[in-house]
Order: sequence, then structure tokens, then C-alpha cells
Amino acid sequence: MKIAYDYERVKEQLTPAALATRPKTLWRYAELLPLDSPERAVDLAPGFTPMKRAENLGRLLGIRELYLKDDTMNPTYSFKDRPTAVAVSKAVEWALPAVGCASTGNLAGATAAAAAKARLPCYIFIPAGLDETKIFSALAYGAKVIGVQGTYDDANRIANLVADRYNWGLVNINIRPFYLEGSKTLGFETCEQLGWETPDRVLIPMGSGALLTAIQKSLEELVTLGLIRTHSVRICGSQPRGCAPIVSAFERGETRIEPVEAPETIAESLAIGDPASGPEAVEIIRRTGGFADAPLDGEIIEAQRLLARTEGILAEPAGGTVIATLKRRLDDGTIGPDERVVCYVTGNGLKAPHTFSGMLTELITVEANFEEALRVLEEVA
Amino acid sequence: MVRVLFSSAVRASTNGEKEVELPFAGTVAELMQALAERYGATFESRLMERGELRRYINVYVDDKDIRFLQGAQTRVGDGSTVLLMPAVSGG
Repeated sequence: MKIAYDYERVKEQLTPAALATRPKTLWRYAELLPLDSPERAVDLAPGFTPMKRAENLGRLLGIRELYLKDDTMNPTYSFKDRPTAVAVSKAVEWALPAVGCASTGNLAGATAAAAAKARLPCYIFIPAGLDETKIFSALAYGAKVIGVQGTYDDANRIANLVADRYNWGLVNINIRPFYLEGSKTLGFETCEQLGWETPDRVLIPMGSGALLTAIQKSLEELVTLGLIRTHSVRICGSQPRGCAPIVSAFERGETRIEPVEAPETIAESLAIGDPASGPEAVEIIRRTGGFADAPLDGEIIEAQRLLARTEGILAEPAGGTVIATLKRRLDDGTIGPDERVVCYVTGNGLKAPHTFSGMLTELITVEANFEEALRVLEEVA
Repeated sequence: MVRVLFSSAVRASTNGEKEVELPFAGTVAELMQALAERYGATFESRLMERGELRRYINVYVDDKDIRFLQGAQTRVGDGSTVLLMPAVSGG
């Protein structure tokens, strides 16, 4: 199922002048979201996150116009608040008795928070063994969390069967078309925050590939509405090397996805071995002249630290994956130093503290003595 | 007997049937042909392409994705449970 709109009508309503008066959340694009009663939307005020000019990181890597779309600033600290806002609102419109999802972590918290706000029961299916920092928030929001012994894809299969059995709205499964529409708002905001101009290139982390397809759709819709003149953005995707089925298909010159049975990467939020939107993502990357790239876990961790130290943004490994790819492709000349590039930082690093735990060796301890503290500071300064 | 389960998104191709039990022994490819004969042209056109599974249909045999077994040549027989489900995953 694909969702379409009456664009001629939307064109009359969704103008820059109208947007100037609207709340700074994703609901400002209500005409391009598939709700019948937007006034009843489940609202945690997601979206319209900062678009940050990354001068320090850009200078270090050798690119003049680099932007970071900082979606760590969402209500549950990841971009998943966007699709969930729309999907859970749709579940409320349809009076479904419960909601839920299959999740690698970020979606769990986002769905559980929206369900709490909507006062709906929530059931979350995760691969057992997921980092506990990604689970506790869902539990705190009151969801029932079911750990499936297996991979994300096993959890997803079980969730599919559960969705069949009960009349629940599992946001990324049986109400997925609505869910995907929420992710489009990242693309709308990118252009609006650039003054209704487009970047030359965007770098997007890929798990299922759905975010990448949603951003492509958002750009196409903005062209249809005349809010941007053309869409010549090179759309690029990044996955961790330990789970890179979309990148592999791109590198093979195919669209067919060969699933990864046992993903092995620190980037848990991207560890989807059988990405549903993979074929479409590959086609978009190819059609727009983008690239697909897969850095190693070590490069991802290094990039997370680089981002934190240069721009003050603590990202989870998905953000590190994108920044690592940016560095690799600037180094090999694929990305030029004069390009205007937007990188999507989709989740907060506090959700994956283990990726920073190696830094504890850098902790400096001193005796509770001022002279001693000065001596140590002189050594390390 | 082989038990075949159809997820809700597939049932439009099976006259609404949620599951079926068949006396069958053979490969998944042969099972799909048998199902196509049972349910007719709609099943074949929606779920198959030139005699093979469409890319957006996943098949599991006893909870295991056949792509990690022998693909369409995976054998099923007495006591097997086969699940047909659309490829919907990820956030």
C-alpha cells in the first residue's frame, strides 16, 4: 500500500508563509501526513530538530559546507519518534486496542512513549540479549517487552504472527505504511532549514532502508508542491560492515538482497539482516547518483568520538556509521570539498554507552590534594 | 502432513484461508506449485513470478528462513510447518 495526497490542495495550504506560523514539530507538515484528525494526534512534540552547521568537523575532514541533522534531540532521543507519532496516532483514529513493534531498540522506546501518551497497552518484541540501556526506557514507559531468543529478524517474524492473531497496531508491521510517512518529515525539515534549498548530497544510516526511501519521497513531494525547484540530491546510504546487505547488493550491481543471517556489529540499531526496504533503497541510491558504504566497527566508534569532540554531539553507532562513511568518502575523493552535505544523526549515544566504555581508561584520578591535582594537570594539559 | 500457514497479507491469495494441511513431500518450490494449483491464478500471480517466489514473500520452514537453508530447494515433509509471510521488517 502506498499513500498519496491531493497535492493540488496541499499546495494551497502548505506554503512557507503558513509554515512560519506553525508549531516547531513535525505536525507543521500535517497536510502531508496521513491522519484524518490531526487535532487528535498523539503529540510528544517530535521533530523540527536542529540542523547544525558542523564547522569544526568539516574543517577537520576537509569539507566546507557540512550540516548535521541532529535527531538525537527528539523526545525519546532518536528519529523513531517521527514514524511512531504518525502510526500510533493512526492506531488511535482506528480505535485499535493496543500497539507495539518489533525493535532493535530505538523504536521500542519511541513506541512505548507514544503508547503511554495515548493510554494504550504496548507490546514490544526485541531480540533477547539487546543492550539493556535500550530496553529500560520502554519498560519505564509501561510497555510489555518480549525478548525473542534469536536475531531481530526472528523477533520481527514473531511480531508479524502476533499482529495476525490480535487486532493490534504493530507500527512497523501491519500499520507500516503510516509509520513510513512520519519519517518523511526529516526530509521536509532538511529543505526548510536550508531555506528551501537542497543539499548536494545526504548521508543516511540504513537498517531496513526505510528512512532512505522516506527521504527520497519527501524530496519528490516538495518538488511536486513547488517548495523546492528540483531534486538533484545524491542520496547515499551507510551500514556497518557487520550487517550490510543493502550495501552488498549495491556493490554487486543488483537490487536483490541477500540477507545476513547473524549480524555482528556494535551498531545494533542497524542490525537488520533482512531489510524490507532494501531493494527500493538500492534503486534510489543508484538513480540519484549516490553511493552505499559500510565502515568497520572500529571506524564507527572512532567517528562517534570525533563527532562528540568536534561538535558536542553524542551519537549512537548509527550516527558514527554515517560520519565514518563521510570521512572515508572524503578521503577517497567521492565527496568533493565544496559539496553541501547533510548527515543524519539519528540516535543519542547515551543509548549505547558501551560503545564509549573503552574511554574509561582515559579517566584521570588524583588524591584529594590541591598540589597533587596541579601536578597531574601540568602533566596532562 | 505439511501444515502451511498464511500471514494475513497473503490470505487475499488463498481465498481467506489462514492455513492448510496437505499430504506432501518435496521441495518448497514444488510445494508452491501445489499451492498455486490449489488456489489458482491469483495465488500464482501475486506470490510467484515465472514459477519462482516473488522477492517480497518470505518462506519459513519450521521457523527457519529458507534463504538460510537450501532456498526453494529446501525439503519439506511430514510434520513440517511452512509459513508464508510478506518481507516486512525493520524500522
